[in-house]
Amino acid sequence: MKVSRFSKYKKTLALLTMVAPGAIWLFLLRYLPMGGIVLAFKNYKVYPRNPTFFNNLKHSAWVGFKNFKFMFMTDDAWVMIRNTLAYNIVFIILGVIIPVAFAIMMNELTKKYVAKAYQTLMFFPYFLSWIVVSYFLNAFLDPQYGLLPSMQLAAGQAATNIYTTIKPWPYIIVFANLWKNVGYSTVLYLAAIAGIDTNQYEAAAIDGATKWQQIWHVTIPNLRTMIAILFILNVGKIFNADFGLFYNLPMQNGALFPVTQVTDTFIYRAMLNTGNLGMSAAAGLLQNVVGFFCILGANAVVKKLDSDSSLF
Amino acid sequence: MKKKNHRLTSVSLGTETVFHVILALFSLACIIPFIFVVIISFSSEQSIREIGYSFVPLAWSTDTYTYAFQKLPQIWRSFFNSVFITVVGTVLSTGICALYSYALFRPDFKFRNFFTFFSFFVMIFGGGLVPTYIISKQVLHLSENYAALIVPLLVSPFNIIVMRTFFKSSVPMELIEAATIDGSGEYSTFLRVVLPISKPGIATIALLNALAYWNDWFQSLLYIRQKKVLQPLQALLMELQNNVEYLNRMSGVLGADAIKEAMRAPTQSLRMALVVILVIPIACAYPFFQRYIIAGLTIGSVKG
Repeated sequence: MKVSRFSKYKKTLALLTMVAPGAIWLFLLRYLPMGGIVLAFKNYKVYPRNPTFFNNLKHSAWVGFKNFKFMFMTDDAWVMIRNTLAYNIVFIILGVIIPVAFAIMMNELTKKYVAKAYQTLMFFPYFLSWIVVSYFLNAFLDPQYGLLPSMQLAAGQAATNIYTTIKPWPYIIVFANLWKNVGYSTVLYLAAIAGIDTNQYEAAAIDGATKWQQIWHVTIPNLRTMIAILFILNVGKIFNADFGLFYNLPMQNGALFPVTQVTDTFIYRAMLNTGNLGMSAAAGLLQNVVGFFCILGANAVVKKLDSDSSLF
Repeated sequence: MKKKNHRLTSVSLGTETVFHVILALFSLACIIPFIFVVIISFSSEQSIREIGYSFVPLAWSTDTYTYAFQKLPQIWRSFFNSVFITVVGTVLSTGICALYSYALFRPDFKFRNFFTFFSFFVMIFGGGLVPTYIISKQVLHLSENYAALIVPLLVSPFNIIVMRTFFKSSVPMELIEAATIDGSGEYSTFLRVVLPISKPGIATIALLNALAYWNDWFQSLLYIRQKKVLQPLQALLMELQNNVEYLNRMSGVLGADAIKEAMRAPTQSLRMALVVILVIPIACAYPFFQRYIIAGLTIGSVKG
């Protein structure tokens, strides 16, 4: 069929109007702020005569890498970098092992409706906000009314105020993160397992493979692509932290900063609590640049090992 | 024959029992905190003061809920705010996402590659919190208004990828070509031909968006600093984390009355009641979430 030039233009125009709302949003709320990266190299001051953003920016002095220098002179910066990396490494490792194990276990259960029930219960926390989860935790740990202090008192011990005790928090944070997200990953891996061709298992069984050998030689290799994709995405976010987890769960308690301060809470607090915009912008830029190269790096490594599993 | 086959393809009974124990324990851990919070919200304040939060309170009471809805108008207002931003936000974001991903799905769209990259790139690089915050607030005037709670969450590049994959897997190009030959315009093809066969995909995206809006408190934390009546329930609950008396002060009762009121107020169970009010709609929508979101996440996680 011959398509006239006019109708071709009309089609392109119509499709352009379809992407327009999304594209405008992306431009205003994602690309325009990328230009704001210059803030990291400026001493941002409000220009009193006509304080619009562009005037403020124009009249703020360039300070080079001073914001970065000041940031690294604080102990807080090193603490938050250490915390962010350490938590993320633990999350990435446990976040693969536990959901894959759970998915394999569920797949082996003979009563399918019981497996379905487990899945339903496990997936539930994924849908809750960290605020809600912080109250769940509070119900158990509240120093005055919580279940744990009451039990300690009943057992004749002194009640501990967990919200001012540093030691248990790394465990609480790791557990809470797993509690909330394991169900989601388990569902993903279960779906991937369901998609495995049963012929592969039959062939393995004919060759005399035990169930465990089948899991090791059939199931896990088939999950490789999904593990790789989730791995790339998570490594790309290794310098990012789930703000709500670290900000709300400890109820914003300053005494716990040594184990709860992470990049995102540091950036937020520097921006809105202490008003140090330059330092906050510098930390944000560092976070994004490191994240960008991490995701490219992780993708390149996966591509080299197994080109089908890479993300792009 | 069948039995033998079965033994070969499953783990031993003992192993399966171990699996059951592990999975059951974790599953219970996922739901027990919510049950506990429901129980606390129905415990009498007296019981909480005496024995703390407990699975078996000394006395049950619905006072908290009556008090919350009768004495604290801000709770109604915040509930309305949450519903309002969820409904408006979901409709707008789902519409924008469907249109954008539909154009990306069309192989005959001239600027397809450009706009695919345009949305993908923001997933791996961004300006960061400070520039986003300042531009939103000072240039786009997203501050102390409903727009500040809705606009920042309108577009999700991840959802665009999921939706485009949905279109790819459910809409045959021949159908669109046939409609075009019949003289149907692009928009009427989209509305009358494409949307009806993409309902599960739209439902997935709509549910993901609704969840994001209902659970959001971060936008409020950033942009609602003075006009606190605009706070959604999540943000109100967050305010109560360090400031238990916050709601009583907001109720506008002053002076000696305020102290008397605060003495009687079921402050402890009130916070838990708000948690329950926030979780109930999610629990009600949960069957839909399970049905559509699992399908959506499975499709979206496939490289495409």
